[in-house]
This record gives sequence, C-alpha cells and structure tokens, in this order.
Amino acid sequence: MKLMFSKTFFRAVLIFNAFAILIPVLFIFNSSLRETSDFALTPFKLATDPAWSNFASVWQDGDFAIYLKNSLIVTGGSLILIIICALGAGFVLGRYEFRGHSLIMAFVLSGMLIPAKLAILPLFIQLKWMNLLDSHLGLILVYAAGALPAAIFIMSGFFRTLPADLDNAARIDGASEFQLLRRVLMPLVRPGMAIVAIYSAIPIWNDFFLPLVFLQDPEKKTIMQGLTMFFGQYSSQWGVLFAGLTMAALPLIVLYLVLSEQFIKGLTAGAVKG
Amino acid sequence: MKLSGIKREQRKFRWLLLTPGLLIIVIFTSVPALTTLSYAFFKWEGFVRGSWAGFENFERLFSFPFRDQFLMALRHNTLVFIAIMVIQTSLGLLIAYALFNLKRGQRFFRTVTFLPVIFSLVIVGYMWQIMLDPYYGPINMILGDLGQPVWAKAWLGDTATALPTLVFINLWRWVGFPAIIFLAGLNAISTDYIEAARIDGASEGKIFRKILFPLLAPSMTIITILTFIGAYEWFDLPYILGGSNGSPAGSTDTLALMFYRLSFGSIDSGANEVGVGSALGVIIFTIVGVGAAVGSKLLRRREVEM
Repeated sequence: MKLMFSKTFFRAVLIFNAFAILIPVLFIFNSSLRETSDFALTPFKLATDPAWSNFASVWQDGDFAIYLKNSLIVTGGSLILIIICALGAGFVLGRYEFRGHSLIMAFVLSGMLIPAKLAILPLFIQLKWMNLLDSHLGLILVYAAGALPAAIFIMSGFFRTLPADLDNAARIDGASEFQLLRRVLMPLVRPGMAIVAIYSAIPIWNDFFLPLVFLQDPEKKTIMQGLTMFFGQYSSQWGVLFAGLTMAALPLIVLYLVLSEQFIKGLTAGAVKG
Repeated sequence: MKLSGIKREQRKFRWLLLTPGLLIIVIFTSVPALTTLSYAFFKWEGFVRGSWAGFENFERLFSFPFRDQFLMALRHNTLVFIAIMVIQTSLGLLIAYALFNLKRGQRFFRTVTFLPVIFSLVIVGYMWQIMLDPYYGPINMILGDLGQPVWAKAWLGDTATALPTLVFINLWRWVGFPAIIFLAGLNAISTDYIEAARIDGASEGKIFRKILFPLLAPSMTIITILTFIGAYEWFDLPYILGGSNGSPAGSTDTLALMFYRLSFGSIDSGANEVGVGSALGVIIFTIVGVGAAVGSKLLRRREVEM
C-alpha cells in the first residue's frame, strides 16, 4: 500500500503510459522512412539511412495534395463562419439584456444535445434538395451548425466576464456598438476565440463520416476520407501506407506540440463548460 | 434621448449579429433532427417518401431479420460502455492521480498523455491495423518471439477478439481525455483539506479514498455521461476497422453501424431501408437522451451526498 502511493510508482505509471503512447507513433514514423522490402525483412530497425521515396510516391500518386487542399478549404471555411457567427451571437448573449434572452440561450444549449449523426438522413435529402450535396459549402454549413451551439456558449461566457464599465466608457467616447465590439471587446476575448477555434477545427479536420456520406466527387474528397481510399489502393505497399499516415498526422502533431495548452483547453472545453 | 438612441441601435445590432448563427443551427441541425422523427412513420422507396406507415417501421425493426441484428448490436454497445467505464475511466484516474502527485515533468507527461486525443480515428484505426497485422505486425512478432506462437493471432479477424481489440484501441486513443478532466478536478480541490488530513496522520491511501475521490464526483459525472453517449453512438472506429457490416461476422456490429447500413444500404444487405433506419435512429436517440438525462440526475444527487 505504501508503494502504491510512492513517487516511484507514479513515475513508473507515467513512463509506462508514455511508452505505450509514443512507441506505435514512432514506429510508424520510423517505418515510413524505410523501403517496403527492407521493412518486411526486419520491421524493428532504425531508419539510419532514410528513404524518402515513400513520401514521394504518396505525393505523386495518392491525390494527397488535392485531399489536403480540400481539407484546408473545408476546415478553414467552417472556422471562419463559426468564429464570425459565434463572436456576434456571443457578444449579444453575453452583454445585452433583452426579452427572449434566456429563450435563445436555451435553444443554443439544446443544439449541443443533438447528435448530428442521427439526423444524417434528412440532412442528406435536404442538402440534395438545396443543391449542396457533393459541395464543400454544404459540408461547411453542416459543420458550422454542429459546432456553433458550443462555440456561442463559450464565447458568451468570455464576453460576460468582461467589466461592464468598458462598454459605458466606450459609448461615452462616442463609439458605435460595432466599434465597441470590434475595437474594445474583441481584443479581450482572443483566448476564447482560440478555444473555439481549436474546439471546432480539430474534429472537422479529423472527421471522415460527413464527407463519406456527402461527397462523391474524387476531386472534392477530404484528407481523412482520402486516406481510407488510399489504404485500399496501396494495401501491399507498406512503406507508402506508413508515409501516408505520417503525412496525414504530422500537421496536427506539430501544431499540438507548439500549442499543447490551448489544444488541451480547447478539446476539453465541451466537457467543463458547466 | 442619448440612451434611447443606444437602445435603438442595440436592437438593430442584436438581430443582425444573432441571426446568421441561429439560422445556420435551425436549418442544418434543428430542422433535420425534427424531420428524422417523422421519417420513422412513413413508408420509403429508396430516398423517396411514400404513404403514412404508423408504427410499421418499428414493428419491422423488432421482427426478423432486423431484430437479431438489433439485439446483438445493442449488446455490443452495452458491453463496450461497461468495458470503457471500468478500464478506461480507472486508468484515466490513475494517470491523473500520478500527474497530480508529480510536479516535476508534469508538463511533458501531460502533453504525451493527451496526444492521441488529437489524432483522427482514421489514423488511429489504420495505425493499429498495421500494428496488429497477423503476419507483419510488430505486436504479433513480439508475441511470437516470446516463445508462444499461439499468442500471435489475427486480433481483428477473430470473432472472439475483434470487439475487445477495438475497445483496447479506443482506450489508447481516449484515455488522455478522462485523465485531463480528472486532473482538472484534482487541481480544483483545495490543498487545505489534504494538508489538514496529513497533519491528522491520515495515510495517502486514506486521503485518496476519503477526500479526493468523493470530491472528484463532478468530474466522474461528466465522464460517465460522455462515455455513455459515445458508447451508444459508437461508429467511427468499428466502421474503419470492420466496415459497415461489423466484420468479422458481425462481431463488431453496433447500433450506429446498423443505422448507417439501413440508411444508405451496404454491399451485403443491398438496398436501403430508410423507414426502418429512421425507426432505429429514434430508438438510439431515445436511449442516449433518456440515459444521459436519468444518469446525470442520479449522478448529480450522488455528488451532493458525497
């Protein structure tokens, strides 16, 4: 029992956990730099003489560049839409008192409870009818609708914590409501915007379900959806598969290592907002 | 005069700012969610709506051949919920407690622990498919080299091990999430309680059981509810690794996979059954909604008692 609560035991738990997490990831990275034939003979060998040919094959044959570009468009477009709408709605709900305020707040909160996956059929038919099927815009609107309730809720919380004197001072100085939001309050809610951005962007970037259902045109597919096709195509060329996985994972890993605090706050924001 | 000018400006501005966001939510979330309920009560020919069907779709869901599929999928979801709650949550708590007690190096270990949570499930799924490959996968090679060739097997291809393997992969991807929530919960507890107990001579084990664990009740509530919702809507990982039919032989089938097959058809079962699929959707939504509501009520009461 004493041992259970010793520093040595805790350190052992964390070191074991770190190995369990890092070894598969490093194994994939390492193998992506080795020829498939070489890998088949000795899977566990450091790539001391890195072979970049796998990455070259991915870039040339895999339509990877197109998928990557599409994912950037969809994620970036959704993010811009979400931030603009959440800033506006969050400002109004966080700073204004008016009739219907709590009703709108309740509506926004209820939006967080609806699982988008179960509404997929009507959404599919509706998008078809609106001519938004097989389009990036359709996907962007659906992602925005999914992320907005939490985004508005988080933003309104950030706006609410700012002192009311700010508004009055700005108004006395003759600022319009728009100038108040744009020049005075917006710079102060930047941390909230960062949380909303990460909270929304990561699941959108990582998603493969909505593209699977809504996109047919190979020219429009996103990176994670593309990866599933890629795996069918190159099932025997392990080196290429490793390189594909590495290229799909690397952008987020690098961002995460730079901004790990914001990532952790952003991705757990949905859980601790209460 | 001045004040009423501001009020008027605010009123105009209010709707200008609120409308875009609310409209997007209404059109792309509320309307489809409400229509999905109505779909379950109509006959369907492909994606074309037919006549009123009453409860016929529900009756079909609960008769051959859908009934057996439904019950098996429900059983899998329930097993997965229990397994995740027991294994993933306790491991998450252990990691959180270890992080809480180790100030030196905490930042590094915390960053590593949360790393898999940022990965797409597509990447996680394929990564483990390679790791667990029966012939070239490193895991089986290590197990075979340990002198026990019987330990090496097609983990994802065997009906007995496929579902537990998926739970394991889910654990690898998600354990950092409860760990970080618990860590935040532990950090929110006033150190005065812990110091006072230590001065009174309480052992670390007793402090954990009698003080820390009860005060973690709110974190436990959040994790239980999120795990419940996630387990009964489990789709991505089983789809990526077992396809829409829950291979091998339906051993990884879940309610959400069945819903997907019914909605959009599959290679095996052919044409889609939008009506029956929507009926299943209503049932999944009810399970998740009622479960989460009742669960959070019970757990909140437990928070107060503890």
